[in-house]
Amino acid sequence: MILLPCPWCGSRDAGEFSYGGELTPRPDPRTATREQWRDYLYLRDNVAGWTTERWYHRMGCRRYLTVRRNTVTNEVTAP
Amino acid sequence: MTALSDRVHLRNGHARPSRYSAFALLRHGVTGESWPLAWRTHEPRHSYDVVVVGGGVHGLATAYYLARNHGITNVAVVDKSYIGSGGSGRNTAILRSNYLTPDGVRFYDRSLTLYQRLAAELNYNVMFSRRGHLTLAHNDSSLRTMRWRAEVNKACGVDSEVIGPDDIKTLVPFMDTSTQTRYPILGALYHPPGGIIRHDAVVWGYARAADAMGVHVHQDTEVTGIDVEGGRVTGVRTNRGSIATNVVVNCAAGWATLVSDLAGVRLPVQTFPLQAAVTEPVRPFLDTVVVSGTLHVYVSQTDRGELVFGASVDPFASYSTRGSLEFVEGLASHVLQLMPSLSPLRLLRQWAGLCDMTPDFAPIMGHTAVEGFLVDVGWGTYGFKAGPVAGEAMAECIATGRTPELISAFGLRRFADGTLVGEKGAAAVGH
Repeated sequence: MILLPCPWCGSRDAGEFSYGGELTPRPDPRTATREQWRDYLYLRDNVAGWTTERWYHRMGCRRYLTVRRNTVTNEVTAP
Repeated sequence: MTALSDRVHLRNGHARPSRYSAFALLRHGVTGESWPLAWRTHEPRHSYDVVVVGGGVHGLATAYYLARNHGITNVAVVDKSYIGSGGSGRNTAILRSNYLTPDGVRFYDRSLTLYQRLAAELNYNVMFSRRGHLTLAHNDSSLRTMRWRAEVNKACGVDSEVIGPDDIKTLVPFMDTSTQTRYPILGALYHPPGGIIRHDAVVWGYARAADAMGVHVHQDTEVTGIDVEGGRVTGVRTNRGSIATNVVVNCAAGWATLVSDLAGVRLPVQTFPLQAAVTEPVRPFLDTVVVSGTLHVYVSQTDRGELVFGASVDPFASYSTRGSLEFVEGLASHVLQLMPSLSPLRLLRQWAGLCDMTPDFAPIMGHTAVEGFLVDVGWGTYGFKAGPVAGEAMAECIATGRTPELISAFGLRRFADGTLVGEKGAAAVGH
């Protein structure tokens, strides 16, 4: 079982959350080029190791949170 | 060092593997003579014409068709573990071609055709078993999609039709086709040419046939770097030394982005685990392959009698191949909704494979911005059934320098050009 540290509810089972994917900075839509925007839409680092990502506490407080997770071992820490 | 590795190669190069036949089986049985190894081990050469990264079905098929169709035999297939240790040994070995888009149907139909004659071609029993394939519809919208797929399939000359609950009950007597269930079965897309195959045998058969034509299969050989100079590939670095080459093919499936990163090519791929499980063996009772998208499960019975279950990908990206209890719980409840009489069966084991998922559920194949660096990745949950056709197309791509028509829609540039592929029939489960 993977526990995620919800800042509101404490450590909860990952099954209560939806995965939001790795944190990718959004370019400014007014100034971004087509390439930058497509990179933002499609490209991910897909790291084998520690990564920073968003989760949504769907079955709890419905808050978004940021966690650090190791994608090889699934260890989790707060950011 | 050069002289040594060349000598080893020359000495081995003349040893032809013996042909498998009933006579050979009898001779070995009577004389007790040991069987020759199906493929040889070599010291890596200092240079190869082509280095294929990833010794699964895709990588080995690419090497095999390079040698067989194009006479390019100075080829190395490198794998960081043993061959078939990744997705090729972890899938549920289901073959079908009942896709949604005409491009998809033609592509997978070619693959199925190659698979059907693979045993004779490779002189290796890959145990293809034509079973028929049922994709269940539990609601109106999926029934509509089934009809659409059936029509596209028929127009492409692929045998598919929509059948009702009575016909399903005839094909699978153990199926609960009553209307009293949570998700009643309204109909199914029946695809008679679909079936299952022995996935390890496909890997071993390709490795043996490629080896016989001079391809080097290097196991436990991990690529640690790809040398790019002036926008073109000049070599790869491995834990067993550097290899000069002008062509590198990335067939690393779940690890695809890690290999592409070495060449400086970014891919729109995320790695998700997909879990599967197998039960204890029982008498044969399930001929057809049964798939339910709504229940996220597919079931088939192997020739040994075990039931193989697969599901959709896990809900978050990961490189972990550990199974989870949540998966088994969900799987059991879903399977029992389809076939309640399976409740006494015990699971023998569960495992996970890594799927390289793309945003449009279609693969990425062909050349990249780095000259000499080709990709055959993004095979997500549908890579095994495409192994032969992908190998054939990649071999043509490498040998001729042109992208074959069959894979022209799958280029990496489609993400920049905004021409994504609309193949939602990709995996029958999960989307």
